[in-house]
Amino acid sequence: MLAVLIYKLILVFAILGISLVVAMYSTYAERKVAAFMQDRLGPNRAGPFGLLQPLADGVKMFMKEEIIPSVSNQTLFIIGPCIAMTTSLMTSAVIPWSSDLSINGTSYPLQVTDVNIGILYLFGVVSIGVYGIMIGGWASNNKFSLLGALRASSQMISYEIAMGLAIIALVMMTGTLSLREIVEQQPGGHWNILYQPIGFIIFIVCAFAECNRTPFDLAECETELVGGYHTEYSSMKLGFYLFAEYVNMFISSAIISTLYFGGYNFPFMHELGLSPNMLALLGGLVFFAKIFFFIFFFMWIRWTIPRFRYDQLMNLGWKGLLPIALGNIALTGLVMWLTGKIN
Amino acid sequence: MQLSGKSIVVSKKEMSFLEKLYLPAILGGLRITLKHLFRKKATINYPEEKRPFSPIYRGMHVLKRDEHGAERCTACGLCAVSCPAEAISMEAAERKPGEEKSFREEKYAAVYEINMLRCIFCGLCEEACPKEAIFLTDRITPSDFQRNSFVYGKDKLVEPVDADKRVDVTKRQSTAVLDFKTNTKLAHNK
Repeated sequence: MLAVLIYKLILVFAILGISLVVAMYSTYAERKVAAFMQDRLGPNRAGPFGLLQPLADGVKMFMKEEIIPSVSNQTLFIIGPCIAMTTSLMTSAVIPWSSDLSINGTSYPLQVTDVNIGILYLFGVVSIGVYGIMIGGWASNNKFSLLGALRASSQMISYEIAMGLAIIALVMMTGTLSLREIVEQQPGGHWNILYQPIGFIIFIVCAFAECNRTPFDLAECETELVGGYHTEYSSMKLGFYLFAEYVNMFISSAIISTLYFGGYNFPFMHELGLSPNMLALLGGLVFFAKIFFFIFFFMWIRWTIPRFRYDQLMNLGWKGLLPIALGNIALTGLVMWLTGKIN
Repeated sequence: MQLSGKSIVVSKKEMSFLEKLYLPAILGGLRITLKHLFRKKATINYPEEKRPFSPIYRGMHVLKRDEHGAERCTACGLCAVSCPAEAISMEAAERKPGEEKSFREEKYAAVYEINMLRCIFCGLCEEACPKEAIFLTDRITPSDFQRNSFVYGKDKLVEPVDADKRVDVTKRQSTAVLDFKTNTKLAHNK
């Protein structure tokens, strides 16, 4: 019992550490990708290739003066970024990072907890994430913050519906809500994307909206709202909001790879004849390669397309994605009935 | 009326189904940005890498000395007269016996000032100078915090005496320039 507890604690801290480091270097990657796509070089002064830039930025964030506006609701003002950061880190608990390691006959699952309602847990935590932005925007007592918060919350609530419906089609196919079982059902190259392409497109569009990433970053639309919901924030509280966004990006990339791209599965993995431990290690690396590709994809999209207008955003969510998601559910059901999986 | 013939009539037609999906347009955009990812970058890493100057670049001025180290300027004032920005001012003085080493001719500039904020780096002073004394170089006027510090006196303008610290202006003294300045057939040299 104690051994299990210690193992889980180590795993939790390792995953937290990895999430934070990946988020830290995502800020660096974002700037580099942006620069390269605009024919520039990007940060290259701090350390070789500018690799110490995230550290410098972090130190800068900590050193900045911490300002709490006198007209703000101070408790909520502090709680806001805490919620944003906590919820974004909490989601990593149910993601299966790789298949089980077995050392001296005991097997160590590389997943913090395999709850049988993993997807529901994810949705629950992500929904709480809206409160971080909403509370922060409300507590600032600033009209721009409030508008940003309003936009963020209505956008996230609208897109959660389409996202949920896209997942329902997937859950109908897999018959389980546990993320590990979903991954195990996609051995080798039989990834869910082959069976659920429409669901995948809806899911990834909604994931962009949930992460408040371009083209759906209306919550922090600089041209209209100064800084959006974090206009009044400074120092590390601002850092928490920005950081939470990058952690969210990392986690959504992980979820996309888990649900639609086979998680730690890769083609011909069972034909290689590797030992289970080697396979777990290789699987983990492949999983991270998939995650990094999707993080890059997030950035690639950001530096390609401009922001949606607010009415276009709502039109796309309610009149575009929602009917398509419903149609996708019907289509999935029909195909399953025709192929005899349900009767 | 059309002025340029380039105007395009805007059509507000309904978007087709494919256009409404946005996806083909987004994929097209992704292709373009991916191409840019591998393109040659336009950035020049300034302190390590410097943009090459043109040989006739007109930067900060220098007041030349002759081969023996004597100042060439005789304070004739032609540069100040030719200056369209009125950036140059000077005070002339007479050479005393024993100063032959420092000043080439009997008259010299006791004070010679160029206001670098007024200067437009046109190079007319250089063209007007009959004594080959003032040249524009490929050095850049350094930035500063005070206006007064941009009025450059002789301490900053006259080149050092040491032969190895002289400012090289051979690029600007091309044969064509020298010929232009010395050819007696040209009206300005008569």
